[in-house]
Amino acid sequence: MLPIIQIENVEKHFGRTRALRGVSLNVSESEVVVIVGPSGSGKSTLLRCINRLEEYDAGKIIVDGITLDSAQNINTVRREVGMVFQSFNLFSHLTVLQNLTLAQHVVRNRPRQEAEEVANKLLKKVGIPDKAEAFPMQLSGGQQQRVAIARALAMNPKIMLFDEPTSALDPEMIKEVLDVMTNLAHEGMTMVVVSHEMGFARAAARRIIFMDEGQILEEASPQNFFSNPQHERTKLFLSKILHL
Amino acid sequence: METKPPLVAEEERKLALIPGAEPSTYMDPWWWLVILAVALALVLIFTQPDYQSIFHFILPGIKITASVTFASYFLMLIVGMIGALGRLSKNFIFHGLSSLYVEIVRGIPLLVQLIIWYYVVPSVIQKIGNDTGIGFLMNYRANPLIMAVVGLTFCYGAYMSEIFRAGIQSIPKGQMEAARSLGMSYFQAMRHIILPQAIRVVLPPVGNEFVSLLKDSSLVSVVAVADMTRRGQEYMATHFNPIPVWLFVALMYLILTLFSSRLVSWLEKRTRFER
Repeated sequence: MLPIIQIENVEKHFGRTRALRGVSLNVSESEVVVIVGPSGSGKSTLLRCINRLEEYDAGKIIVDGITLDSAQNINTVRREVGMVFQSFNLFSHLTVLQNLTLAQHVVRNRPRQEAEEVANKLLKKVGIPDKAEAFPMQLSGGQQQRVAIARALAMNPKIMLFDEPTSALDPEMIKEVLDVMTNLAHEGMTMVVVSHEMGFARAAARRIIFMDEGQILEEASPQNFFSNPQHERTKLFLSKILHL
Repeated sequence: METKPPLVAEEERKLALIPGAEPSTYMDPWWWLVILAVALALVLIFTQPDYQSIFHFILPGIKITASVTFASYFLMLIVGMIGALGRLSKNFIFHGLSSLYVEIVRGIPLLVQLIIWYYVVPSVIQKIGNDTGIGFLMNYRANPLIMAVVGLTFCYGAYMSEIFRAGIQSIPKGQMEAARSLGMSYFQAMRHIILPQAIRVVLPPVGNEFVSLLKDSSLVSVVAVADMTRRGQEYMATHFNPIPVWLFVALMYLILTLFSSRLVSWLEKRTRFER
């Protein structure tokens, strides 16, 4: 079976810096891939290329059989790919419920009642069914991020992208978000996650990708990645973050 | 699902406001100034025959001032919106044209612009008519009211587009990214996500522009529009009594501007949400 995400030799420049230097990566359906690496290594840029929030300069990305080239295709792909951001990016002028129903209504043409049913079911799933009428600013960071996950899921995506979803959270709230993500992984959602949460990577990832300076240096199963890293750079990185 | 009593819903709506900005139950004290100014005008009109005759003479002018202001304001909101989208556009031509428009208009005094619209533009049209032999253009006569509205709109539209641009840019980039990542088009994201938030940001400056426009509309008196200022001049020219005329005209402007700025701040309070 074809991989659901195919990334071939993608290059990206920001002015004179090369953010991505010929990155290739395949992700198959229901796979959970965690991308780790030092900051500035290009992991967020790579993730944002998958739904074309970031344009790339060379190479090819095919998502669910659709090549990301025309505006039409990009919108089609975005409908199938949910994204969760580091800074939540909830729509601050809308209630939680409206945050979840707006895109269903505007993009998927779902009638209001159906959209609200979907929204309420998802709010229950992420553990905050009683906050439907609240505004984002009245919620804690952890709650906001769970709403953001629910908002993305409301579009019934085939793939979920997570861009450092717990980096902006208080330590106490990280777990509630990771729990939601772990459940999602167990349900068979295809997920690409940029994260520093090694615990999550160990528990939920099928594959860990290590990136540095715009390249993929190492790909391994969590077990091999932590116990037997191959690359010197990976060892150095792990020695710095696993200060146990 | 249980239904909430209305009191709870009211409480929750208050929670969405900035702390400390609870919907006020007391009247904004500045309204007293509006009332005072209106009372003064009424007293003058009903006790002083001088002022009564001035009032009757400039009344049509008040109507003209109000219609010119409202018409230009409505049009300049549209022009400003288009200009702002142009300034933010990645399209080279659209961006270039709107930037050029804003830069040129902001560099020429409004009075000069109004004179150009009323005297220069019609002459140019007639000249083109004479050169090409098109009768319709040859006999073109400028309508002062229309040219005044066009002039005000053209000038204020440029200022407005800068206000709108700043407002749109003040919304965090992540809002647009989140909307696009959900599959919304650029225009859907603008309409449902960016603009509703930007409007709250720009409401105070946009409201202030209305007050400025109301005052600057007095300049149209120079280009043959019989607004409040021009009616005042005409009255003074026949009665030679500058003190009551201009005192009264100034009072009329003051009432209109005080009233509109109260209205703006009331609107502002009603739409203020925590971000």
